[in-house]
Amino acid sequence: MRHHLILRVVTKLLVGTIMLFAFYVQFHGDFSPGGGFQAGVIMAAAFIIYGIVFSLGTVQKVFPPWLVHKLIALGVLLYAGTGIVSMFLGYAYLDYGAFTPDHPSHGQHYGIFVVELGVGITVTGVMVAIYYAFAGRPPRMSDEEW
Amino acid sequence: MFTLLVVTAVAVVRMRSLFAVAMLSGVFSLVSALLFVTLDAVDVAFTEAAVGAGISTVLVLGTLALTSRFEKPSTHSPILPLFVVIVTGAALIYGTLDMPNFGSADSPTQTHVAAAYLENSVEDIDLPNVVTAILASYRGYDTLGETAVVFAAGIGVLLLISGLHRRRKDENDEESGED
Repeated sequence: MRHHLILRVVTKLLVGTIMLFAFYVQFHGDFSPGGGFQAGVIMAAAFIIYGIVFSLGTVQKVFPPWLVHKLIALGVLLYAGTGIVSMFLGYAYLDYGAFTPDHPSHGQHYGIFVVELGVGITVTGVMVAIYYAFAGRPPRMSDEEW
Repeated sequence: MFTLLVVTAVAVVRMRSLFAVAMLSGVFSLVSALLFVTLDAVDVAFTEAAVGAGISTVLVLGTLALTSRFEKPSTHSPILPLFVVIVTGAALIYGTLDMPNFGSADSPTQTHVAAAYLENSVEDIDLPNVVTAILASYRGYDTLGETAVVFAAGIGVLLLISGLHRRRKDENDEESGED
């Protein structure tokens, strides 16, 4: 896509906005529609657009595959780890009230925040990894055939 | 809106060019996202628009680039598949006859735990978005399971595709080595 000047300029403008929106959906998900799953997908979409318009190599320089693979596991560990921390504090697994015992609903806020972050990280990682896996294979069709 | 959805679905079935089919499935997802918005399910609409219309279209296009652009004409008769589809469809429609009317107050979704969640979530969790409260706190185990499913799916795809890729590369290396 080296010759698509308009696409390249618009993409450069949009990618940052899309990522900002992903963070908004992620961290404002407690108050407005959205949450980890949606934010993760939007974040992944930003990387995928960048990869489509520029090239797979460029996006992999920004977000290398080994990092993506680590992030997939990190998200699940963050989620499961939250539950284990609340167990160590003497509460049930994933009982977020454990974090602030004198004010349970605040603890719920922290717990939901961390857990959604874990979900978001895993979803971003998986989506980007699947895209890398598909796009990384040599295509059998040339660009002109489209 | 629903008519638009059905029209898109029929168009997808009739098309031969797989590129158009991929694009139309994106349109299908977008229309169903709009349908979810009119039903006040904004969170679901969000996901549908991002995953269905965005990412899966890209993935389907990526797959298309690896295979071919046009559907092969089918070689076997369509009668048996048609029969199976009609019987399944009839069974599903028969099943909906017992379901409560849309939005009726005594349907199980309104009378079971949902009411308790809606009543207690302000006191327990104190978040304006009840969907998030239910998803991450009341149903925390389910969401953990979902995340694990996404994780497993990702690992599976990676193993399948990049494993194959590596094997191909090895074969190519061997061939070029022999030459």
